Amino acid sequence: MRYIQRDSMEQRKMLETVGVASLDALFSDIPREVLSRFEPIGLPGRSELEVFEHFSRLAEANGAATGVSLLGGGVYDHYVPRAVAHVLGRSEFYTAYTPYQPEISQGTLTAMFEFQTMVCELTGMEIANASMYDGATALAEAVLMANRIRGYGRVAVSQALGAPLRRVLDTYCWAAGIEVLDVPFGESGQTRTESLPADVSAFVIQSPNALGVLEPLNGVKDRLGQAFLVVSTYPLALGLLEPPGSFGADVVVGEGQSLGLPMGFGGPLLGLFATRKEYLRQIPGRVAGRTLDASGAVGYTMAAQTREQHIRRERATSNICTNSALCALAATVYLAILGSGGLRQVAQLNFERAHDLAETLARRGCTFPFDGPFFNEFVVRPKDGAGAAHARLTAAGFVVEASQALTAYGVNDALRLAITERRTDEELRRVADLLGGTS
Amino acid sequence: MSTLFDLASSTREPAGGVVPRPRWTDEEVAARLDGRLLRRRALRLPNLPEGTVVRHYTRLSKLNYGVDDGIYPLGSCTMKYNPKLNEDIARLPGLTQVHPLADASLVQGTLEFLAELTRLLARIAGMADVTLQPVAGAHGELTGMFLFKKYFESRGETKRVRILLPDSAHGTNPASAAVAGFEVTEIPSNASGTVDLAALRAELDASVAGIMLTVPNTLGIFEESILDITAAVHEAGALAYFDGANLNAYIGRARPGDMGADVFHFNLHKTLSTPHGGGGPGAGPVAVSAQLSEHLPVPRIVRREGKYALDWEAPASIGSVHSFYGNVLVAARAYAYLLHLGDEGLRAVSENAVLNANYLQARLKNSFPLPYDRLCKHEFVLSGGELPNHLSTLDVAKRLIDYGIHPPTVYFPLIVREAMMIEPTETEDRAALDRFVEVMETIAREARDEPDRLREAPIKAPVRRLDQTLAARSPVLTHPFPEEA
Amino acid sequence: MAYPTAYRYSKDHEWVHVEGQRVRIGITAHAQSELGDVVFVELPPMGSVVKQGGRLGTVESVKAVSDVYAPIGGKVVEVNVALESSPDLVNSSPHEAGWIAILEPESPSQIDALLDAAAYEALVA
Repeated sequence: MRYIQRDSMEQRKMLETVGVASLDALFSDIPREVLSRFEPIGLPGRSELEVFEHFSRLAEANGAATGVSLLGGGVYDHYVPRAVAHVLGRSEFYTAYTPYQPEISQGTLTAMFEFQTMVCELTGMEIANASMYDGATALAEAVLMANRIRGYGRVAVSQALGAPLRRVLDTYCWAAGIEVLDVPFGESGQTRTESLPADVSAFVIQSPNALGVLEPLNGVKDRLGQAFLVVSTYPLALGLLEPPGSFGADVVVGEGQSLGLPMGFGGPLLGLFATRKEYLRQIPGRVAGRTLDASGAVGYTMAAQTREQHIRRERATSNICTNSALCALAATVYLAILGSGGLRQVAQLNFERAHDLAETLARRGCTFPFDGPFFNEFVVRPKDGAGAAHARLTAAGFVVEASQALTAYGVNDALRLAITERRTDEELRRVADLLGGTS
Repeated sequence: MSTLFDLASSTREPAGGVVPRPRWTDEEVAARLDGRLLRRRALRLPNLPEGTVVRHYTRLSKLNYGVDDGIYPLGSCTMKYNPKLNEDIARLPGLTQVHPLADASLVQGTLEFLAELTRLLARIAGMADVTLQPVAGAHGELTGMFLFKKYFESRGETKRVRILLPDSAHGTNPASAAVAGFEVTEIPSNASGTVDLAALRAELDASVAGIMLTVPNTLGIFEESILDITAAVHEAGALAYFDGANLNAYIGRARPGDMGADVFHFNLHKTLSTPHGGGGPGAGPVAVSAQLSEHLPVPRIVRREGKYALDWEAPASIGSVHSFYGNVLVAARAYAYLLHLGDEGLRAVSENAVLNANYLQARLKNSFPLPYDRLCKHEFVLSGGELPNHLSTLDVAKRLIDYGIHPPTVYFPLIVREAMMIEPTETEDRAALDRFVEVMETIAREARDEPDRLREAPIKAPVRRLDQTLAARSPVLTHPFPEEA
Repeated sequence: MAYPTAYRYSKDHEWVHVEGQRVRIGITAHAQSELGDVVFVELPPMGSVVKQGGRLGTVESVKAVSDVYAPIGGKVVEVNVALESSPDLVNSSPHEAGWIAILEPESPSQIDALLDAAAYEALVA
């Protein structure tokens, strides 16, 4: 095993220092019955060359990787500037532990501080943590926090919430004994926020939602009374769109994969969590803060740690420890490379291309089940049925969701398409031809 | 320490050029979107040339200490070497450019290694089934607590609301139990640092859902009465959860399933060599005994007619704990590591991890008190409680930094005063261990003769000791932009 | 450390001072010194009713959190808002400016059962 350097001679010398006779004697405290029941996993070791070749073959078996992705629903096929991978590849970042020793973790901590600043800028909020596992667990934690503060034991949730978010939210709420009330959406694809249930700890809404539709958040907060307005967002879209913070959101969460992470079959992802300053002592997860060192120089350290599990144990605001630090670094570098100008360009390109395609499809007779505004994702009814259109797209090398993927939303015979900046004019022309026929 | 935002004043022109220029004018955008939906205030993100950004992050990286810099003896964190092969595998475009909602027929390669890893982890644990969905150790614990809850709910035993925990447990254990809606009862350790069986039996009644154990415990001591403990728990109708943070102590040699575990979580970022990333992403797969299998999260990866598929049909499932299928690219690294090691390699891991720890323990106990002086497993705990000149464990930790060594875990476990918890892992060679011993001996000498060297440490780090009180009393958590300052 | 003789003390390291019909409560000099630099004090809600031995609030240092247990039961009629911006008062003046809350006691007999200064000093010696 080439990761361990040890020969039997040296092992003997070390055993002498320890004062035991053999390697087996080091395990004499494990009950004999346990040791005797042991069975190996039946795997011979393989060389590095063989392992690499094996994985190369597995990678080739993924047809999706060479297809043209039109998939969305929380994870998107965005372009990542090459510099991001180069920075992430520095092992000082990726082989470090959680920065419990701040004096030799200033790289990670400074980047965390930058990340928190960027998340606040994007979402329009006052404070952000240093990341959660993914958008779904970030949302679940937001609801737990709201219920901890408000205590109604019930939350209202838009039925246009993405399925990955709703599944995880349901699991966490079931365990915590929080009742989940559904809030339906209307023909526009927008959630009906005119009348919301009373005596709930939070109202949860996603924008753009599972149907790609942008939710009108204006005035929602005013109708909520005590309840928290919890908004799940698509951070890349916020390069173009007004942030949820401007509409009075109390907590903004989101899936950060769009900010410089590969799709990776859905993991690792990046949970964003931002809220108001007054809830600092209630938020889950780690936070970096600015301070001074013994010589008066500026440095960074973890702050507000008394909320966390290693200090407050069963009364901690969350059980989270390891989070998505390296993914947060990727998002930080991504936003640093793009800058405000570049992010706005990427966001607008998504918007333009998706609208371009939708308008072409409309001209060719496709219809749209929802007429609400959208960003880069929409639901379309192809002229001759979704099943046939899906088959044509797939045969042409596009990677699309099955036509029955939206039945949970009461939508049949339609396709959900996400169009990112990576989709070329040529690809969009082909999609239009395959869905709407040639003009 | 300047941040990206401190660099911002040099250029203010939007950079652009990463993606093609958009074509539409602001008016054309506005024609399609209600004005209230459009961003009004420009983002305050600096627009800098790529070289400036790369230099900034390269500089930041040099302020960090990673496993590639040297020994990283953080107890319970298993900071072993992260093989480069695994990093390159996880970056193969065939694995990264795959959308989680792609049809199963288009992701057979990924589904294959996920299914294989699931199978191998179940064998390593000696348990019936595994889910890869949890993405961190604490997330695995939480999933385990959800599984406990569902199990008792499905049996109508709703009065089982308590989880028992030894006082040496990691903080995530009580927190995970609480998030899942359980009450926590602490049980004391006995004089040898292990679970007090009598105290445990006294607590085991019909209100107990289960126990959470770390094996070996956080003192690095194997619970010699582990079989009695799990038997007592099962007799009381409760379940046993094993925190797998310390699996490096016995992987390839013993299995939690054979010790009576009902649920066990792996930390792929500890035992199976995937990098910690400065605090994640990790992965916390959970293994279960046969009776809990039906409650595992959905979807499950199944094989039907020679093809891999995702199965969502599981009426007794706890639901999902992650947006998709967990940290797939972390799983790829762990699978590559297992393929390379094989059975022989796994055995060598625990053998050398335990040998290294015992070697360090034997050599260091002359310089620092060792409250539990006995055979340890992969880690052990020294005390800084008798340091001269009013020095503390924190001072020792900071002085290690001056010698270019990452400090051990300090002030944990809570049952040892001024604890220093040391875990060398199997990937340190003897020269690295000997150097660590020499430095610790030097620091013990300095503590006696030149205490200021410890008190003022670190002096060679990028910053001196940081004022934690200031950071906590007046939190500054985001860049203060000039217009706000 | 000097423990005012006019105060009574609990074994959980809180002090009480009877001021007419009301009782002022804080944590002792010993308690603050064990905690280290206090960075945050969570105050009880005004008007809330706490039971004897119930949680009146929490005091946080950088790396520890400690509950403040109500040495007597009663209704919270005043809280020390100065601690919101200056939690360090608990360190610098634990028995005076660093007080935490004022209660209207439910039963004055609870006060009589607490330790006097000499007994408390012996406890922490």
